[in-house]
This record gives sequence, C-alpha cells and structure tokens, in this order.
Amino acid sequence: MSTLGTMTSETPPAGRSLWRDAADRFVANRAAMISTGIMLTILVLAIIVPIWGPHALDEVYWDRMLVAPSLENHHWFGTDVNGRDMFARVFYGARISLTIGILTTLVALSIGVLYGAVAGFLGGRIGTVMMRMVDILYAVPALFLIIILISVFGNNFILVFISIGAVEWLTMARIVRGQTLSIREKDYVEAARAMGLSQLAILTRYIIPNVLGPVIVYVTLLIPINILVESYLSFLGLGVQEPYTSWGRLISQGTNEIEAGPWLLLIPSAFLTVTMFCFNFIGDGLRDALDPKDR
Amino acid sequence: MFSFVVRRVLFAVPTIFVIIVLTFVLMHAAPGGPFDDLPDLDPEVLNNLRAAYHLDDPIWQQFVHYLSNLLRGDLGPSLVYRELTVNQIIATGLPVSITVGLSAMAIGLSIGLLCGIIAALRQNTAVDYAVMAAAMTGVAVPTFVTAPLLILVFGLYLAWLPISGWNGGQIQNLILPVTTLAIPKVAAIARITRGAMLEALHMDFVRTARAKGMPEHKVILRHVLRPVFIPVVSYLGPAIATVMTGSVIIEKIFGLPGIGRAFVDSAIDRDYPVVMGIVIVYAVFIVMLNLVADVLYGFLDPRIRQK
Repeated sequence: MSTLGTMTSETPPAGRSLWRDAADRFVANRAAMISTGIMLTILVLAIIVPIWGPHALDEVYWDRMLVAPSLENHHWFGTDVNGRDMFARVFYGARISLTIGILTTLVALSIGVLYGAVAGFLGGRIGTVMMRMVDILYAVPALFLIIILISVFGNNFILVFISIGAVEWLTMARIVRGQTLSIREKDYVEAARAMGLSQLAILTRYIIPNVLGPVIVYVTLLIPINILVESYLSFLGLGVQEPYTSWGRLISQGTNEIEAGPWLLLIPSAFLTVTMFCFNFIGDGLRDALDPKDR
Repeated sequence: MFSFVVRRVLFAVPTIFVIIVLTFVLMHAAPGGPFDDLPDLDPEVLNNLRAAYHLDDPIWQQFVHYLSNLLRGDLGPSLVYRELTVNQIIATGLPVSITVGLSAMAIGLSIGLLCGIIAALRQNTAVDYAVMAAAMTGVAVPTFVTAPLLILVFGLYLAWLPISGWNGGQIQNLILPVTTLAIPKVAAIARITRGAMLEALHMDFVRTARAKGMPEHKVILRHVLRPVFIPVVSYLGPAIATVMTGSVIIEKIFGLPGIGRAFVDSAIDRDYPVVMGIVIVYAVFIVMLNLVADVLYGFLDPRIRQK
C-alpha cells in the first residue's frame, strides 16, 4: 500500500502522466512505429545470425569467391572476394556498427549530461567558462579530433568508441545546460519553491523530466551519427580491423570491388541507409511525442 | 553592430589558441615517434635527427618554438616528406579542397533555398511531398554511399564522367565529388528553408502586407524571405565544418589531392607538424566562417545584436 501511495503522489492528478501521453502519440505515428519495427528486426538478426546463421563470419570458401546473391549454398547476400559469406558478414557488421553507435552515445550521454547539468546548476561565471570551452571545441571538426585521438592512442575497439563518445558530447551538454537554465527560471518552479519544495524535489519532479525529453530525442539522433562516424573511420582504415567487420568496412571493401561485385557495395549500403532513415523517423516521432508545445 | 563584431572577433582569437594547444598536447602525448619505422637507424643519426627537429627539448619549449614560427606563418617541416614543408603541402592541397568545398556549398545553398521556397509556396501538394521526400533521402544517405553509387552509374555504366583524379581541376573531374558533397547540403537547406518559410508566411506582418494590397511576389521578396535567411545562415557555420570533414572521405574516394586526404595520411604516419598545420588551417577557416555567419546573423536579426 505504501508503494502505491508514493507512486500516485508522483503522477499528476489528471490520471494520465505526460509519459503515457507521449507514448500514445508515438504509437500513433506510423513512420516512427514502422522504423522501430525495422530496427528491432535488424537488431534481432544481428544477435542471432552470427550464432545460428548458415555460415561463419570468417569461413573461406575457396571455390565460391565473388558469388552473386543466390539461394544456392545459402549465400543469400553472395560472397566477397575472399569467398566469405556476405549474409553472415553483414549481420556481424550490424552487430559492431549498432554496438558502437549505442556505446559511443552512452559515453557522450554521460559526459554531456553531467557537464551540461553542472554548468547549468552552477550557472554564473563557472558555467559560462564551461560553456565557452564547449564553444571552442565546436570549432574543431569532430572527425579530425577522433582521427587524431586514434592515431595518438592506437587503434583498438574500446578506444574507438571512447574517442567518438569523448568528442560527440558537446551538443548534449548544450541541450542539457540550456534546458536546466530555462526551466530553473520557470514560474511553476518558482511556485514549487514558494510552496516549500526541497531543491531535490524540484530537481527530480520538474527539472529532470523536462530535460529528459530533449535528451532522449537527441540520443536517437546521435546513435546514427555515431554509427556514421564509425563507418567513416572504418572506411579510412582506422576503425575495426580484420577479421571483424562493420558496415563502414564492408562498404569500403565493396567500393573496391564495385565492378566485379556491386552487391558487396549495395547490400551493406542499403542496411546503413535504412538504419539512418529509421533513426531519423524515430527521432522525429519522439520529438513530436515529447514536445509539450503540441499538447 | 560594431561592438558586436568586435566581441565576436575577440572570441575567435582564444578559440584558435586553445585549438593549437589542444592538438599540440595530443600529438606530443603520442607514444612512439615519426622515426620508429625507419629500419636499423644508427643511434647517433637518430639523435641528430631528433635534435634537428627539436624533439628532445622540454615540451613547453617546443611549443614556444612552434608558436613563434607559426606567428611568422611557418608551420615547420614535414617529418615524413623530408623535402617538403608543411606550408608547401597545405599550399598544394588547399586550393583543391576549397574549390570542391565551396562549389558544394554554393550549389547546396542555391538549390536548397530554391527547393525549400518552392516547397513552402506549394505546401501539401505533390511538389512539396516530392521535394521533402528527396530531402529526407539526401539527409539520410551517407556521402560515402552516394559517392560509389554515383561512380557506379555515371563513371562505369554510363561512362560519362571520370571516376577519380583531379586533372588540374577540370570541370568533368569536379562534377561527381561536388555533387556528392552538395546533396546532403541541398537536402538540409531545403528542409530548413521550407520550415522557416512556412512559419514566416503565417506572421502577422505578412498578413498586414497582403491586406494593404501588396502584390504577392513583393510580399515574398520583401517580408517573407528575410526571416527565412536567419536559420539558413546559422546553419551555414556548422555546415561548412561538415563539408570540410566530408571532404576527407570524398578526397579519398575520388583520389583528389586535397588537404583532407593529406590529413588522414599524415595522421596515420604520425607526421605531427602536417596534422597540426592542417588542423590549424581548418580551425581558422571554421572560426572565420562562423564569424562571418554570426555577423550576417546579427545583420539579419537585430535582436541578436543586443544580447
């Protein structure tokens, strides 16, 4: 009973929480729902194909090099120049690309939210100096900084995603700080303070839920950006190394075989592009769902 | 307005300085040096080499040395291409990168604005939907997917255009790389323009202008377009940065001898002076162009100047 009591006191008296509202609006958005479905499918395939697929990632079939996609021998996506099955490689690549996209975003999320929140709460001179640093880092193209970081600290899986995350947190910090500052000044926060609500209660009940919306939206936009950054790096030979692969690496290898085996380029490109579309639609859907202006 | 410009300029100087310090520290934190790969070097030769490039001095002394040279416009020697200075490498690569980048931006801006305006004026018609669907595609498809596809279609199947190389900047060598870089810019600018235009069309002052009997084309030109340029201009700063980063990939795919490709190659070879030189050149460019965008912004929207 006591847990129920605290739960009901958390939700507004209207009976429908803002989150419930947002979820309903998101479900009503067809493009966003279809995109979510496609992404979940790719995600599930990325998990199961490397485990239960007909071919292993690095199994070389000497007699079946550069086979076009066909049902024969289960080479649904064909084979590459080394005679490796593309179906396995594309979904193994999905695994790496999606993992890197999500992990780097988590790194960027933690740094950005912490930095932005501190800058927003402290405000004043320290907050301004902190944001000036962000402004300065904005003038360095992110890809350049990442390439420098990788060339300096060597090239391994963990470093690649820490470098990407360590560079891509800037916008997150700006969003969080901007939201924090503007919500702190809102009348309803003033009213809550006047009614004697503690600083902590104001933080958890008003500031965090309001900051969360834009942060979630930005996260769905940052994941594809980071997948792309990883692809760029793999494309330049700075990302994941053999025998591992990612979409970027597959596309890069496909580009080299563009005449002999166009499917090597077209299939991973299609997956990457569809993923970009889906995240864009999901992000738009979330923005529409969470934007209080439309209510 | 004047003090606004001065404030912006004063902010640009420390920005560039911090970027120089940052890249310098990063490059010198690197384990391993540029001479690691040389086979069986006599230790004495190695010491002489290190001394010649001041690699044994304390790091702050190297920095002061670097900075004083930089102020005289000297970015130092390349550690890998011993016969070339960084200035020479940048001087040969920069015109290529600028030609490609600026052409892409110019195309992106003109076609993007045009498409966005047309889509907004024909809101919710087939034209609007077509433009927006194309723009969505342009934003979502990565440049390094577009580039090989364009090569495949126009370079190999149709064989209309050369698939790579610079060839002294011949127009047919420029078409594919510039198109690749321009597509996402056209798409993004069209979307921004359409959004801003629709908002502007519903402003009170536009209704007033129409109510007093102003012809529609004059309403558009005189009242609607000015607020439309504001978000477009503020997009230009970051857009130029992405055109520059994008050029790294594009130059690699199309085999263009620009500084983006030089940057990647020298980062892999740990050729610090070249990497630093290129980062500084890029940073100066981005800061300057942001400055121009800011000033334009302040010019278009008087409210910004007051802040």
